[in-house]
Amino acid sequence: MTESTGFKQILINLGYDPVEGFGEGRKIAILAALAALLLVTACIAVVMGAYDITITDVYRTILVHLTFGDVAALPKLHNTIIWDIRVPRIILAISVGGALAIAGAVFQGVFRNPLVEPYILGVSSGAAFGAALGIVFPAVFFSIQISAFIFGALAVTLAYILARVRGETPIITLILAGVIIGSIFAALVSLLKYIANDTALREIVFWLMGGFYYATWNDVLLLTPAVIVSFAVLWGLGWKLNILSMGDEEARTLGVNPEKYKFVVIAFATAITAFAVSLVGIIAWVGLMMPHAARMILGPDNRFVIPASLMMGGCYLIVCDTLARTLTTAEIPVGILTSILGAPYLCYLLRHKGRVIFG
Amino acid sequence: MLHVQDIHFKYGDFPVLSGVSFSVGEGELCGLFGPNGSGKTTLFKCCLRFLRAEKGTVRICGEDISAHSIEQLARFIAYVPQEHKPPFPYLVREVVLMGRTPHLGGFFGVKRRDKEIAMDALAALDITEFADRPYNQLSGGQRQMVLMARAIAQDTPILFLDEPTSALDFQNQMRIWRIMRDVAEDGKTLLACSHDPNHVAWFCDRVVVVGEGAIVAEGEPKDVISEGVLEMIYRDACAVRTLKGVQMVMPRCVAERCGAQEILIPVGENVTGRMRADVDAES
Repeated sequence: MTESTGFKQILINLGYDPVEGFGEGRKIAILAALAALLLVTACIAVVMGAYDITITDVYRTILVHLTFGDVAALPKLHNTIIWDIRVPRIILAISVGGALAIAGAVFQGVFRNPLVEPYILGVSSGAAFGAALGIVFPAVFFSIQISAFIFGALAVTLAYILARVRGETPIITLILAGVIIGSIFAALVSLLKYIANDTALREIVFWLMGGFYYATWNDVLLLTPAVIVSFAVLWGLGWKLNILSMGDEEARTLGVNPEKYKFVVIAFATAITAFAVSLVGIIAWVGLMMPHAARMILGPDNRFVIPASLMMGGCYLIVCDTLARTLTTAEIPVGILTSILGAPYLCYLLRHKGRVIFG
Repeated sequence: MLHVQDIHFKYGDFPVLSGVSFSVGEGELCGLFGPNGSGKTTLFKCCLRFLRAEKGTVRICGEDISAHSIEQLARFIAYVPQEHKPPFPYLVREVVLMGRTPHLGGFFGVKRRDKEIAMDALAALDITEFADRPYNQLSGGQRQMVLMARAIAQDTPILFLDEPTSALDFQNQMRIWRIMRDVAEDGKTLLACSHDPNHVAWFCDRVVVVGEGAIVAEGEPKDVISEGVLEMIYRDACAVRTLKGVQMVMPRCVAERCGAQEILIPVGENVTGRMRADVDAES
């Protein structure tokens, strides 16, 4: 009883207090269901893999780790496969999927356009260039990840500066600046591909397709806290994001400084996108599709869309990555799968829900 | 309540406003009237601080607006834009709840009280039945009503309305003007842009006429909406008549076509007008 009232109090503090005609109970229930779905998907995915391990063995291994039990007593092979390969890989998939989906929701809101994806300001091209530099000149750029992150962030910063006129950053110029910066970096990537030797070229191509092959606990420890913090901030700004999506002038008269909040949300969304991309390469579609799917289920209120995007993005990438590593004996780059599964989904949206969603 | 003093504004080198001053008293519904390109919208934007006037001050409730942040300003000015379609299908109640944003605090800040105020605003305009419908699927008139409800939920002493009736049919236009009258009766101050001299004459307490970046006339509608003033801004397009004491602005050609009829009397010439009509009728 006390627990349920405590939970209710939390909901009230979060602003989900029900008022006649203003019920949001259904949406809260859906969010809870999505969280459960994410957990279940993760639990199923951890059992699947190229090397056959029984379900009991899998969960016993995880349980021992979670309860700080005697790890040394476990079979070494099981321990390595489960705890050092599959678990971090799944957590990384959730973090990356969540990060890209939240960033997508935020960008779509700020740019007032439901067809925008997180890569719109050139972060992917910048990161690709950074990664390619790291691959072609390993002596100069000692870490592919750091180089990708720096150039990804640099691309967005350049686009933002380029778009800024008289203290304002109008959406149209920002998008155009993103396109310009993106194409410059894309050209530079092509240049690097041209001068790269065969091994480096192959590595660049693989990087561009994205994948979780090298997922380690280190990556998880880097990315996951950043995603959690950004998620909390952006979720907290969910209502302001609704106001921003009404346009700059209206936002001003509703007491939301558009320049200030646009900068804050773009900065956070870009940071997690660049971070995710620098760790796993370019994974397409998640950032475009998942916010859409969330909006179809929950409506456009970003207080609900942002958490739903996080969970749905996480689920989607777990599913895609599990398929990527189990469908064939060799691994398929996950970016290919997200695109192949994603394109039909968007076709469906366009044909059936186009009028509702695209106005 | 609202004091605009000596506003100057240029777009580049092109002067739009040169020395505009006027004021609106508390509880008044004031019409801002003028032809296209006269600087109405620019004046509006200067008052709302979308644009920064290069000279002059705007004072609301005795306070200079340039001294306030966007967050503070939104607590005493509400703005009703022309109806538009946002890219996302927000529900009507969510759009109205957005009006509460300047009063929110906390994590999301949306409190029970704010939702109640939003629902009350919908009830006040008698559009509660739209509450659960997507805002961008409503008709133009319905969307304008929702934006009015949002401004009422924002609960500010002064409301700015940018051509609130320009895209609506006659019935909806009258509905919006009646709502504006009701809001003014509640003691709020309203400043509404309009292109229709009749609307301004029928519903406003006070009219400010803008032409070519300056105030042409200011005062009560019966004095301001006169042939003399309209001649200044529209040249000879209009005639003003009264119909049983109600002012009517009509195209001059129409007024001339039925000028002989008894009921149409030029303003300010009631006696002679009637007499001439009588004479015309007899002859």
